[in-house]
Amino acid sequence: MKRWIVLVILLIVLVGLTVWTTSVGDIGIFHAFTYADIITHTRDHLIMVFWAVLIAVLIGVPLGTLVTRPGFSRVSPLVLGGANVGQSIPSLAIIAIMATLPFSLFFFDFGFNRETAIVALIIYGLLPIIRNSYASMSNINPALIESARGMGMTRWQIIRKIELPLAIPVIMTGIRVSTVVTVGTAELAVLVGGKGLGTITFTGVFAREVLLIIQGAAPTAFLAISLGVILESIEKWITPRGLKIKAINS
Amino acid sequence: MLEAWEFIMRRPELLAEWVLAHLWIIFVAIIIAVILGVFLGIFIAGKGKEQIADSALYLAEIVMTIPSLALFGLLMLLLGSMGLKSIGFLPAVIALIVYGQLPILRNTYTAIRAVDPAMVEAGRGMGMSERQILFRIELPLAVPVIMAGIRTSIVLLIGIATIAAFIGASGLGVPIFRGIRNARMDLILIGGISVSILALLIDGLMALVERRITPKGIKVGR
Amino acid sequence: MIKLEKVIKVYADGKKAVNEMSFEVDQGELCVFLGPSGCGKTTTMKMINRLIPITSGKISIDGVENTKINASELRRNIGYAIQEIGLFTHMTVGQNIETVPVLKGWSKSQRRERAEELLELVRMKPSEFIDKYPNELSGGQRQRVGVARALGADPPILLMDEPFGAIDPINRVELQSEFLKIQQKIKKTIIFVTHDIYEAIKMGDRIALMKDGKLVQYDTPANLLYRPKDAFVEGFVGADRALKGLQLLRVKEVMSSTYTTANMKEKAEVARERMEKEGVDWLPVVDNSGRFAGGISISDVTGVKSKTVKDVMSPSETTSDINAVLNEALSLMLSSGLKTLPIVVEDNRLAGILTFDAIQEALHEAVRAGGTK
Repeated sequence: MKRWIVLVILLIVLVGLTVWTTSVGDIGIFHAFTYADIITHTRDHLIMVFWAVLIAVLIGVPLGTLVTRPGFSRVSPLVLGGANVGQSIPSLAIIAIMATLPFSLFFFDFGFNRETAIVALIIYGLLPIIRNSYASMSNINPALIESARGMGMTRWQIIRKIELPLAIPVIMTGIRVSTVVTVGTAELAVLVGGKGLGTITFTGVFAREVLLIIQGAAPTAFLAISLGVILESIEKWITPRGLKIKAINS
Repeated sequence: MLEAWEFIMRRPELLAEWVLAHLWIIFVAIIIAVILGVFLGIFIAGKGKEQIADSALYLAEIVMTIPSLALFGLLMLLLGSMGLKSIGFLPAVIALIVYGQLPILRNTYTAIRAVDPAMVEAGRGMGMSERQILFRIELPLAVPVIMAGIRTSIVLLIGIATIAAFIGASGLGVPIFRGIRNARMDLILIGGISVSILALLIDGLMALVERRITPKGIKVGR
Repeated sequence: MIKLEKVIKVYADGKKAVNEMSFEVDQGELCVFLGPSGCGKTTTMKMINRLIPITSGKISIDGVENTKINASELRRNIGYAIQEIGLFTHMTVGQNIETVPVLKGWSKSQRRERAEELLELVRMKPSEFIDKYPNELSGGQRQRVGVARALGADPPILLMDEPFGAIDPINRVELQSEFLKIQQKIKKTIIFVTHDIYEAIKMGDRIALMKDGKLVQYDTPANLLYRPKDAFVEGFVGADRALKGLQLLRVKEVMSSTYTTANMKEKAEVARERMEKEGVDWLPVVDNSGRFAGGISISDVTGVKSKTVKDVMSPSETTSDINAVLNEALSLMLSSGLKTLPIVVEDNRLAGILTFDAIQEALHEAVRAGGTK
């Protein structure tokens, strides 16, 4: 019960701040953004986050799973270490550095544009996903797999019916963490030519107007927390009942 | 790339200033965050405080999800309305302390609760007071995990401190910020690469400290 | 030395774990708290060192009520060993043992000396083990360190809650025997909680059998076996209580020291005559110094001419030491098929023989007399 109260209060505060700063109209010599603006930017923000997380999942889950297979055990510290490094380095640094790269990769150019921002977001959002995929797949009790094989399940069936269902909750957590972090990092995307709520925030930063900063930051925070809660509910919904019971008893 | 190198050669004292400012702000924040976090962690780990622990950890978790700029903005507003300096060092440090809390708090709590109850019972049965149990059994065993939490915090803070430059604090965010504003690639690279190297170095250093500080008994095995 | 008077423990949910327990444990006695799960034995023990607060009643140690002393101080003078052992993994073996001496402020050299002394006592070489960590030890070794740690500051009383419970059966038997030897030396007042009746019979000077928080019978092991107070005790002790009682008798007390033998150098016919005269069909064979060498049966000597005993006998090594407990000897007889078991002393010299009849007679006598102790 207590959780919900805390959450709701926080969200109301954030909404309140957004409304307040928007209704002020003029801030210093600047015009506050309108509700329409906020909605547009929110949409752009979400699109960026969506793509970044999607690609991170498409790369991260298979990669994290692959490294648990016996053949790849030598590569695993490298992959994990690499992902860790990616997270140690501040997000801003990653975005900034990538923006300065003077060459092109595949079908887009680096430099100051939205694609660069998304690539940086992907890199930054990769660690939670890889780490959780790896941890959950490698922690499955080998006795379960052995009995499954003994019962005659094929490799694929084992993955589908046993390993994945057991691993999904933890992987889902990783996706949730990644998403929430990406929402925050995406705020910086505007610095290198991306779009999103950062536009509002950084207008405030460059103009040194706190109210403008808040007008951008509050919706972002709202987004981050809401997505976090939504994904957490999906997590709980997805967790097989048997595992949930165990968690309560341990 | 080349211009970046030239710049450093010409004005090395600037780089030094930024690095030191960056480290200083993190240092102050981490000390306070550790003191707060460990104390609170020990407190909520006590018997019968599960409810408080639950709420506290949840609160810290939610705060973590608030993007740093949002927190900065809020702090600036708050401090401004209280008549305190609302840009630069103060809001930055406060924000860092807040962000640094969760890893330390959570790790302290988890570590103390994870201590084998048999050891605690043995200690109590042998005549240790509750305080002696805390200091001679629970804390020594919790240190490695707490250390890991501190390490996570520090790395986190290095990143957030970079963004603090946007609200007037000094540090390695300054060249990045300025570079973006004035389209100076060399500044961006200096800031970006320096802070990356700093982060990796400190992370590595903390890993060593972690290993050294772990009681030997926990490391050895049969 | 430890006196319980109408001790009661009621929990917040109304559960009465201990229901008016009163008895006294003498100094130097090893008292076993025995009973099924939930009978209150552990709860009672933990009220002695106040780990569990008493609801009503009184527990006195040496005449002083245990609530009159500060709890931590009380516990520092009572040794405590639990089933999970709970060795401090971040401290060395030596530091673990020195825990209470440290709390009591002993000097560094005093503590070290004591730790080495105790490691010797539990038969672990100090130089080898004192700086090792619990994680480097086997289960049995950890258990011994646990006992040593409980004895750290030389407390007059020891509380032990299923201390050998987590050990595998083979090591457990060994640890029990070793512990008994230690107790012979140190003569502490010990409360020993177990649910294993075999352990209780083997270890206890007296056993307090409990059920549902009440004391059912407080007696010597022999009395518990042969004079059970009620159906519960009888059932708990088991229908095979006579067999359990074998643990309480020694071969020495039951064997026959007068017997006939055959000498290795004698002629086979002489042996046969002797067997016919005594009316037996088997004789133990000894050499000139009285050492047991094997057995000779009537079938070995029938229809044999001009051979010595040595030529026709069946060499055997199955013997029992004179100090063995009767159940071990019986087990040997049953598994080897021998109807007469040779009993030997040092150097394998024959000292007596043990027959099924003798065992049965002794047991019957024990049951009739109601205990031999």
